[in-house]
Amino acid sequence: MTGLQKLLNTAAALCGFYALVTGIGALSPALLLAAGLVIAGGLRLSPVLAGAWPGAWSILMRSQFDLLISLVAAGAVLAALQDGMAGAVWALAIAAWLHGWLAVEKTIADDAHSKGFNWVVSLGVPLFFGFWLLFFWEALTIGLGIPTVLLPPPSMIGARLVSSTAILMADFRQTFLKAVLAGYAIGCGSAVLVAILVDRNDFLRRGLLPIGNFISALPIIGVAPIMVMWFGFDWQSKAAVIVIMTFFPMMVNTLSGLSAASVMERDLLNTYAAGYWQSLFKLRLPAAMPFIFNALKINSTLALIGAIVAEFFGTPIVGIGFRISTEVGRMNLDMVWAEIAVAALAGSASYGALSLLERRVTFWHPSYRTK
Amino acid sequence: MTKSSSSNTVIKAEKLNLDFDTNDGIVHALRDLDLEIEAGEFVSFIGPSGCGKTTFLRVIADLETPTAGSIAVNGQAPEQARLARAYGYVFQAPALLSWRTIARNISLPLEIMGLSRAEQQERVERTINLVGLDGFGKKFPWQLSGGMQQRASIARALAFDADLLLMDEPFGALDEIVRDHLNEQLLQLWKKTGKTICFVTHSIPEAVYLSTKIVVMSPRPGRITDVITSDLPDDRPLDIRETPKFLEIAQRVREGLREGHADE
Repeated sequence: MTGLQKLLNTAAALCGFYALVTGIGALSPALLLAAGLVIAGGLRLSPVLAGAWPGAWSILMRSQFDLLISLVAAGAVLAALQDGMAGAVWALAIAAWLHGWLAVEKTIADDAHSKGFNWVVSLGVPLFFGFWLLFFWEALTIGLGIPTVLLPPPSMIGARLVSSTAILMADFRQTFLKAVLAGYAIGCGSAVLVAILVDRNDFLRRGLLPIGNFISALPIIGVAPIMVMWFGFDWQSKAAVIVIMTFFPMMVNTLSGLSAASVMERDLLNTYAAGYWQSLFKLRLPAAMPFIFNALKINSTLALIGAIVAEFFGTPIVGIGFRISTEVGRMNLDMVWAEIAVAALAGSASYGALSLLERRVTFWHPSYRTK
Repeated sequence: MTKSSSSNTVIKAEKLNLDFDTNDGIVHALRDLDLEIEAGEFVSFIGPSGCGKTTFLRVIADLETPTAGSIAVNGQAPEQARLARAYGYVFQAPALLSWRTIARNISLPLEIMGLSRAEQQERVERTINLVGLDGFGKKFPWQLSGGMQQRASIARALAFDADLLLMDEPFGALDEIVRDHLNEQLLQLWKKTGKTICFVTHSIPEAVYLSTKIVVMSPRPGRITDVITSDLPDDRPLDIRETPKFLEIAQRVREGLREGHADE
């Protein structure tokens, strides 16, 4: 065990003792079991146990045992959650988290792992971390009696996600599948094409760059109502806002990407008497890919924000932004949070998908190379 | 390598001048260069930095335009020669595209020239074999050592079978041992293919070892101070560098370089 692991284990054991001492008469059987397990986990530290029953001791030392303690305690705490609950329950919540952390530390420290296992760890650890975030969110909002208007517990948001799936799905379709995807594709695609034109022609470079810069500086809350006037209430006006927001970052990045190929590489293509298009497709665009992906990732989050904000300025009665603005007015904060969760999931998923695609396309870039 | 000089002139420069207009005023990169290179010769250009040897190579390749004088490559203007793909150019760095495998890097000029797939593959295999990189075709450039990368770039210059090979300090960044090895291989390659090679270098032993003709240049303004025809035998093992004949030529090159410096 490393120093950190010992520290985590000791702190958890102290929480367990505190819970047992203060709550021996009041705790539910599940909580008592959890406290017992936590204390058993603490006893592992004693050299006496290691000497007396080495077999049992080595089983208790495994990370799986920590995971078991952690999940049992977390479950018992969740079942006992209520406003103004006892200090013993808080102590067990902390002990559960400490053992969860310990389990992860131990798993990562074992380095003789197969590739598949590493993959599970790299995906599992962030999920596990997310679980504890939700756990404490739930515990604190309920345990401290925080009004749901200020911050609803995740269980309430989850219940809303399940009960209002149809509405959420319709909003997602309207905002993400229609406005965001269309605006993003048009904005990024046209920006790459214009960047190629601008790169080729000095007149356009001098003329279009300042205009692009100017447009990107326009405030979205000013542009959105105008786009509604031009393109109507439906998703087209939101797509137009997104086009305006995503165009400039993509154009600027593509432009610098197009000059990323070295002078020597250009000279090389010159010695082959390569034409403009040949050197564009065989050298300059591939060399620009890291820059283009950079802009694609920046734009994926910009586009979602743009669509949601634009829906505040006139929309048919569907869409993530529309729902947020109306449900805030009706104090249905759980619905607002459910929409936020949908938007966050969609944003993260598209960012993740872009990152994976980037790895595949720019595998040759020094930051991704594998020997 | 004795060839009749009548119709076999590959490069002919007369009163060639090139000035660069820089912020610090005009720099005379090349001043009144006269030179003839015959087919099948191995010509080294040697001189200190700034003597215009690379610039001259770039003029031949139509990567720089001379300010005055005339130059002909295969009897044509350099631009026509470039458009006719008359030469292969090997740069100081390998300049391999990192998103292409070695084989696809070598086939890059062939793709640009519009050769058929089958033809491309056949030539890639042949040149990979010629530079001794068999089995590395599917690797990416960054997976190979510097010496192997430079060999791949030579293979790429050979792939389209131009009769003229322009090499700009191709082994400058490599260590001595790899360099010796590649020099030996380059010499064999030259004998096997009979190409005309123009080779820029900093190193006197490298120039003497490789060349049939050594062009000594001096800086500011860049000009030719001596042209030495080497009478070393065609068959040159590495230890020829210890023979009196070799040292005599090396001594003459050194004197030529010193003379260039004395005028400064």
